Amino acid sequence: MELTAHDIITWMKKTNDKIQSKKEYLTSLDQAIGDGDHGINMARGFNEVVVKLDDSSYESVSDALKDTAMTLMSKVGGAAGPLYGTAFLKLSTSLKGKSADYTHFLNGLEESLAGLKQRGKSQEGEKTLIDVWAPVIEKMKESDDFDASLLKHTAEDSMEKTKDIKATKGRASYLGDRSIGHLDPGSVSSFYVFEALAETIEGGR
Amino acid sequence: MEPAGIVLISHSAKVAEGIKEIIHQVAKDVPIELAGGTNDGRIGTSVEKIQTAIERAHTDSGVLLIYDLGSAMMNAEVAVEMSEFDDIEIANAPLLEGAYVAAVESGMGKSLAQVKLAAERALHED
Repeated sequence: MELTAHDIITWMKKTNDKIQSKKEYLTSLDQAIGDGDHGINMARGFNEVVVKLDDSSYESVSDALKDTAMTLMSKVGGAAGPLYGTAFLKLSTSLKGKSADYTHFLNGLEESLAGLKQRGKSQEGEKTLIDVWAPVIEKMKESDDFDASLLKHTAEDSMEKTKDIKATKGRASYLGDRSIGHLDPGSVSSFYVFEALAETIEGGR
Repeated sequence: MEPAGIVLISHSAKVAEGIKEIIHQVAKDVPIELAGGTNDGRIGTSVEKIQTAIERAHTDSGVLLIYDLGSAMMNAEVAVEMSEFDDIEIANAPLLEGAYVAAVESGMGKSLAQVKLAAERALHED
Protein backbone atom coordinates (compact mmCIF):
# COMPACT_ATOMS: atom_id res chain seq x y z
CA MET A 1 0.00 0.00 0.00
CA GLU A 2 0.99 3.64 -0.18
CA LEU A 3 -0.02 6.53 2.03
CA THR A 4 -2.01 9.44 0.61
CA ALA A 5 -2.19 13.07 1.75
CA HIS A 6 -5.50 12.12 3.37
CA ASP A 7 -3.71 9.38 5.33
CA ILE A 8 -1.21 11.92 6.62
CA ILE A 9 -4.07 14.09 7.89
CA THR A 10 -5.65 11.04 9.55
CA TRP A 11 -2.26 10.17 11.08
CA MET A 12 -1.89 13.65 12.58
CA LYS A 13 -5.47 13.72 13.83
CA LYS A 14 -5.05 10.40 15.57
CA THR A 15 -1.74 11.58 17.06
CA ASN A 16 -3.47 14.72 18.28
CA ASP A 17 -6.33 12.73 19.85
CA LYS A 18 -3.84 10.63 21.81
CA ILE A 19 -1.78 13.59 22.93
CA GLN A 20 -4.84 15.58 24.03
CA SER A 21 -6.10 12.65 26.09
CA LYS A 22 -2.62 11.97 27.56
CA LYS A 23 -1.67 15.61 28.11
CA GLU A 24 -1.67 15.36 31.91
CA TYR A 25 0.22 12.07 31.79
CA LEU A 26 2.95 13.52 29.53
CA THR A 27 3.21 16.52 31.83
CA SER A 28 3.59 14.31 34.90
CA LEU A 29 6.34 12.29 33.18
CA ASP A 30 8.16 15.49 32.28
CA GLN A 31 7.74 16.94 35.77
CA ALA A 32 9.59 13.91 37.11
CA ILE A 33 12.76 14.37 35.05
CA GLY A 34 12.38 17.50 32.89
CA ASP A 35 10.85 20.95 32.94
CA GLY A 36 7.25 19.75 32.98
CA ASP A 37 6.06 21.35 29.75
CA HIS A 38 5.99 18.39 27.34
CA GLY A 39 2.26 17.68 27.68
CA ILE A 40 1.10 21.25 27.23
CA ASN A 41 3.60 21.94 24.43
CA MET A 42 2.68 18.84 22.44
CA ALA A 43 -1.05 19.38 23.02
CA ARG A 44 -0.90 22.92 21.73
CA GLY A 45 1.39 22.06 18.82
CA PHE A 46 -0.61 19.13 17.49
CA ASN A 47 -3.89 20.97 17.98
CA GLU A 48 -2.50 23.72 15.73
CA VAL A 49 -1.37 21.09 13.23
CA VAL A 50 -4.91 19.70 12.94
CA VAL A 51 -6.34 23.22 12.55
CA LYS A 52 -3.81 23.95 9.80
CA LEU A 53 -4.39 20.65 7.96
CA ASP A 54 -8.19 21.09 8.16
CA ASP A 55 -7.93 24.58 6.70
CA SER A 56 -5.95 23.49 3.66
CA SER A 57 -6.19 21.00 0.84
CA TYR A 58 -3.26 18.89 -0.18
CA GLU A 59 -2.23 17.28 -3.42
CA SER A 60 0.75 15.50 -1.95
CA VAL A 61 1.94 13.71 1.15
CA SER A 62 5.03 15.91 1.12
CA ASP A 63 3.03 19.15 1.32
CA ALA A 64 0.87 17.92 4.22
CA LEU A 65 3.98 16.85 6.12
CA LYS A 66 5.68 20.16 5.43
CA ASP A 67 2.80 22.15 6.98
CA THR A 68 2.84 19.73 9.91
CA ALA A 69 6.54 20.38 10.43
CA MET A 70 6.38 24.16 10.10
CA THR A 71 3.42 24.36 12.48
CA LEU A 72 5.18 22.25 15.12
CA MET A 73 8.35 24.34 14.81
CA SER A 74 6.52 27.60 15.36
CA LYS A 75 3.87 26.54 17.88
CA VAL A 76 5.70 24.23 20.30
CA GLY A 77 7.77 26.12 22.85
CA GLY A 78 10.05 23.38 24.18
CA ALA A 79 12.61 21.05 22.66
CA ALA A 80 9.81 19.03 21.05
CA GLY A 81 9.15 21.79 18.49
CA PRO A 82 12.49 21.81 16.69
CA LEU A 83 12.86 18.03 17.11
CA TYR A 84 9.47 16.86 15.79
CA GLY A 85 9.51 19.78 13.32
CA THR A 86 12.83 18.60 11.92
CA ALA A 87 11.71 14.96 11.79
CA PHE A 88 8.56 15.73 9.76
CA LEU A 89 10.37 18.27 7.59
CA LYS A 90 13.01 15.69 6.63
CA LEU A 91 10.25 13.17 5.87
CA SER A 92 8.48 15.79 3.75
CA THR A 93 11.62 16.71 1.83
CA SER A 94 12.48 13.07 1.22
CA LEU A 95 8.99 12.35 -0.19
CA LYS A 96 8.84 15.43 -2.41
CA GLY A 97 7.69 14.40 -5.87
CA LYS A 98 7.38 10.76 -4.82
CA SER A 99 4.57 8.42 -3.86
CA ALA A 100 4.60 7.42 -0.19
CA ASP A 101 4.98 3.69 -0.83
CA TYR A 102 6.73 1.60 1.79
CA THR A 103 10.24 1.99 0.43
CA HIS A 104 10.02 5.75 -0.06
CA PHE A 105 8.34 6.23 3.31
CA LEU A 106 10.95 4.15 5.12
CA ASN A 107 13.75 6.06 3.39
CA GLY A 108 12.05 9.24 4.54
CA LEU A 109 11.90 8.03 8.13
CA GLU A 110 15.63 7.32 7.98
CA GLU A 111 16.14 10.94 6.93
CA SER A 112 13.95 11.95 9.89
CA LEU A 113 16.13 9.94 12.26
CA ALA A 114 19.30 11.50 10.85
CA GLY A 115 17.68 14.90 11.33
CA LEU A 116 16.78 14.13 14.95
CA LYS A 117 20.34 13.05 15.69
CA GLN A 118 21.80 16.13 14.04
CA ARG A 119 19.34 18.58 15.62
CA GLY A 120 19.64 17.09 19.10
CA LYS A 121 23.35 16.28 18.75
CA SER A 122 22.36 12.91 20.16
CA GLN A 123 22.58 9.18 19.52
CA GLU A 124 20.68 6.11 20.64
CA GLY A 125 20.94 5.21 24.31
CA GLU A 126 20.72 8.75 25.71
CA LYS A 127 17.09 8.51 26.86
CA THR A 128 15.54 10.62 24.13
CA LEU A 129 12.89 10.10 21.46
CA ILE A 130 15.68 8.67 19.26
CA ASP A 131 15.38 5.54 21.43
CA VAL A 132 11.96 4.95 19.87
CA TRP A 133 12.55 6.24 16.31
CA ALA A 134 15.78 4.25 15.76
CA PRO A 135 14.52 0.77 16.74
CA VAL A 136 11.17 1.28 14.95
CA ILE A 137 12.96 2.17 11.72
CA GLU A 138 15.42 -0.70 12.17
CA LYS A 139 12.52 -3.14 12.61
CA MET A 140 10.64 -1.71 9.63
CA LYS A 141 13.62 -2.61 7.41
CA GLU A 142 12.87 -6.29 8.07
CA SER A 143 9.45 -5.94 6.47
CA ASP A 144 8.58 -5.10 2.87
CA ASP A 145 5.21 -3.47 3.52
CA PHE A 146 3.45 -1.45 6.22
CA ASP A 147 2.82 -3.66 9.24
CA ALA A 148 0.65 -1.98 11.85
CA SER A 149 1.22 -4.53 14.57
CA LEU A 150 5.01 -4.49 14.13
CA LEU A 151 5.05 -0.69 14.26
CA LYS A 152 2.96 -0.45 17.38
CA HIS A 153 4.71 -3.18 19.33
CA THR A 154 8.22 -2.08 18.46
CA ALA A 155 7.41 1.49 19.43
CA GLU A 156 5.79 0.37 22.69
CA ASP A 157 8.65 -1.94 23.70
CA SER A 158 11.24 0.70 22.86
CA MET A 159 9.37 3.30 24.88
CA GLU A 160 9.27 0.96 27.90
CA LYS A 161 13.01 0.39 27.64
CA THR A 162 13.78 4.09 28.12
CA LYS A 163 12.88 3.59 31.78
CA ASP A 164 16.19 1.82 32.40
CA ILE A 165 18.37 4.34 30.55
CA LYS A 166 20.31 7.08 32.30
CA ALA A 167 19.71 10.42 30.61
CA THR A 168 22.76 12.07 29.10
CA LYS A 169 20.94 14.56 26.84
CA GLY A 170 18.30 17.18 27.46
CA ARG A 171 17.10 18.64 30.73
CA ALA A 172 16.91 15.19 32.36
CA SER A 173 20.69 14.82 32.02
CA TYR A 174 21.09 17.26 34.93
CA LEU A 175 19.55 14.55 37.13
CA GLY A 176 22.09 11.85 36.25
CA ASP A 177 21.29 8.54 37.96
CA ARG A 178 18.01 9.92 39.28
CA SER A 179 16.65 9.82 35.73
CA ILE A 180 16.78 6.00 35.84
CA GLY A 181 13.40 4.40 36.54
CA HIS A 182 11.42 7.07 34.69
CA LEU A 183 10.06 6.87 31.16
CA ASP A 184 11.41 9.47 28.75
CA PRO A 185 8.48 11.81 27.91
CA GLY A 186 9.63 12.34 24.30
CA SER A 187 9.77 8.58 23.78
CA VAL A 188 6.21 8.28 25.11
CA SER A 189 4.92 10.96 22.74
CA SER A 190 6.85 9.26 19.91
CA PHE A 191 5.08 6.02 20.78
CA TYR A 192 1.75 7.86 20.27
CA VAL A 193 3.00 9.10 16.89
CA PHE A 194 3.83 5.55 15.73
CA GLU A 195 0.72 4.04 17.33
CA ALA A 196 -1.34 6.61 15.41
CA LEU A 197 0.51 5.68 12.22
CA ALA A 198 -0.25 2.01 12.88
CA GLU A 199 -3.95 2.77 13.32
CA THR A 200 -3.94 4.86 10.14
CA ILE A 201 -2.47 1.92 8.23
CA GLU A 202 -5.01 -0.49 9.72
CA GLY A 203 -7.85 1.86 8.74
CA GLY A 204 -6.50 2.17 5.21
CA ARG A 205 -6.51 -1.53 4.47
CA MET B 1 30.59 49.03 8.57
CA GLU B 2 27.88 49.04 11.20
CA PRO B 3 28.45 47.05 14.40
CA ALA B 4 27.33 43.41 14.25
CA GLY B 5 23.91 42.91 15.82
CA ILE B 6 23.22 40.62 18.75
CA VAL B 7 20.14 38.50 19.46
CA LEU B 8 19.51 37.32 23.02
CA ILE B 9 17.55 34.05 23.08
CA SER B 10 16.22 33.04 26.47
CA HIS B 11 13.51 30.79 27.82
CA SER B 12 12.35 33.83 29.78
CA ALA B 13 11.39 37.23 28.32
CA LYS B 14 12.39 38.83 31.62
CA VAL B 15 15.87 37.33 31.51
CA ALA B 16 16.39 38.67 27.98
CA GLU B 17 15.12 42.12 28.96
CA GLY B 18 17.29 42.23 32.08
CA ILE B 19 20.42 41.32 30.18
CA LYS B 20 19.69 43.97 27.57
CA GLU B 21 19.45 46.55 30.37
CA ILE B 22 22.84 45.54 31.70
CA ILE B 23 24.44 45.59 28.25
CA HIS B 24 22.90 48.96 27.41
CA GLN B 25 25.17 50.58 30.03
CA VAL B 26 28.28 49.71 28.02
CA ALA B 27 27.18 49.40 24.40
CA LYS B 28 24.53 51.89 23.37
CA ASP B 29 25.10 51.75 19.61
CA VAL B 30 25.00 47.98 19.08
CA PRO B 31 21.67 46.59 17.87
CA ILE B 32 20.45 44.20 20.58
CA GLU B 33 17.22 42.34 19.86
CA LEU B 34 15.34 39.96 22.14
CA ALA B 35 13.74 36.57 21.60
CA GLY B 36 12.61 35.66 25.09
CA GLY B 37 9.81 33.24 25.96
CA THR B 38 7.17 31.72 23.68
CA ASN B 39 4.73 33.53 21.39
CA ASP B 40 2.08 33.38 24.10
CA GLY B 41 4.36 34.59 26.87
CA ARG B 42 5.25 31.31 28.53
CA ILE B 43 8.67 29.91 29.40
CA GLY B 44 10.29 28.51 26.26
CA THR B 45 11.67 29.73 22.96
CA SER B 46 10.08 30.55 19.63
CA VAL B 47 11.50 30.19 16.14
CA GLU B 48 9.28 33.06 14.98
CA LYS B 49 10.57 35.38 17.70
CA ILE B 50 14.16 34.45 16.86
CA GLN B 51 13.53 35.07 13.15
CA THR B 52 12.01 38.49 13.85
CA ALA B 53 14.89 39.42 16.15
CA ILE B 54 17.42 38.36 13.50
CA GLU B 55 15.74 40.59 10.88
CA ARG B 56 15.81 43.55 13.25
CA ALA B 57 19.33 43.10 14.60
CA HIS B 58 21.00 42.28 11.29
CA THR B 59 23.51 44.80 9.97
CA ASP B 60 26.07 44.71 7.17
CA SER B 61 28.41 43.08 9.71
CA GLY B 62 25.97 40.25 10.39
CA VAL B 63 24.36 39.08 13.60
CA LEU B 64 25.39 36.92 16.55
CA LEU B 65 22.88 34.73 18.39
CA ILE B 66 23.42 33.81 22.04
CA TYR B 67 21.08 31.39 23.83
CA ASP B 68 20.52 30.00 27.32
CA LEU B 69 19.42 26.32 27.45
CA GLY B 70 19.40 23.36 25.06
CA SER B 71 16.11 23.75 23.22
CA ALA B 72 16.91 27.43 22.64
CA MET B 73 19.96 26.29 20.68
CA MET B 74 17.84 23.96 18.54
CA ASN B 75 15.37 26.74 17.76
CA ALA B 76 18.27 29.09 17.01
CA GLU B 77 19.64 26.56 14.51
CA VAL B 78 16.23 26.19 12.85
CA ALA B 79 15.91 29.98 12.56
CA VAL B 80 19.38 30.24 11.00
CA GLU B 81 18.62 27.47 8.49
CA MET B 82 15.37 29.19 7.49
CA SER B 83 16.93 32.66 7.21
CA GLU B 84 18.05 34.17 3.93
CA PHE B 85 21.10 35.78 5.55
CA ASP B 86 24.35 33.83 5.46
CA ASP B 87 26.20 35.99 7.99
CA ILE B 88 24.61 34.68 11.18
CA GLU B 89 26.64 32.94 13.87
CA ILE B 90 25.52 31.11 17.02
CA ALA B 91 27.82 31.53 20.02
CA ASN B 92 28.27 28.70 22.49
CA ALA B 93 28.62 31.09 25.40
CA PRO B 94 27.03 31.98 28.74
CA LEU B 95 24.10 34.27 27.88
CA LEU B 96 24.85 37.20 30.18
CA GLU B 97 28.64 37.27 30.17
CA GLY B 98 28.89 36.23 26.53
CA ALA B 99 26.43 38.85 25.28
CA TYR B 100 28.06 41.52 27.43
CA VAL B 101 31.53 40.90 26.02
CA ALA B 102 30.13 40.48 22.49
CA ALA B 103 28.35 43.84 22.67
CA VAL B 104 31.51 45.60 23.83
CA GLU B 105 33.56 44.00 21.04
CA SER B 106 30.92 44.72 18.42
CA GLY B 107 30.76 48.35 19.57
CA MET B 108 34.50 48.58 18.91
CA GLY B 109 33.87 47.56 15.30
CA LYS B 110 35.19 43.99 15.52
CA SER B 111 34.18 41.43 12.88
CA LEU B 112 31.40 38.92 13.50
CA ALA B 113 33.98 36.14 13.90
CA GLN B 114 35.89 38.17 16.49
CA VAL B 115 32.70 39.07 18.34
CA LYS B 116 31.69 35.40 18.45
CA LEU B 117 35.12 34.34 19.70
CA ALA B 118 35.06 36.98 22.41
CA ALA B 119 31.64 35.75 23.59
CA GLU B 120 32.81 32.15 23.69
CA ARG B 121 35.87 33.12 25.72
CA ALA B 122 33.90 35.30 28.12
CA LEU B 123 34.61 33.05 31.10
CA HIS B 124 38.25 32.41 30.27
CA GLU B 125 40.82 34.10 32.49
CA ASP B 126 43.38 34.84 29.78
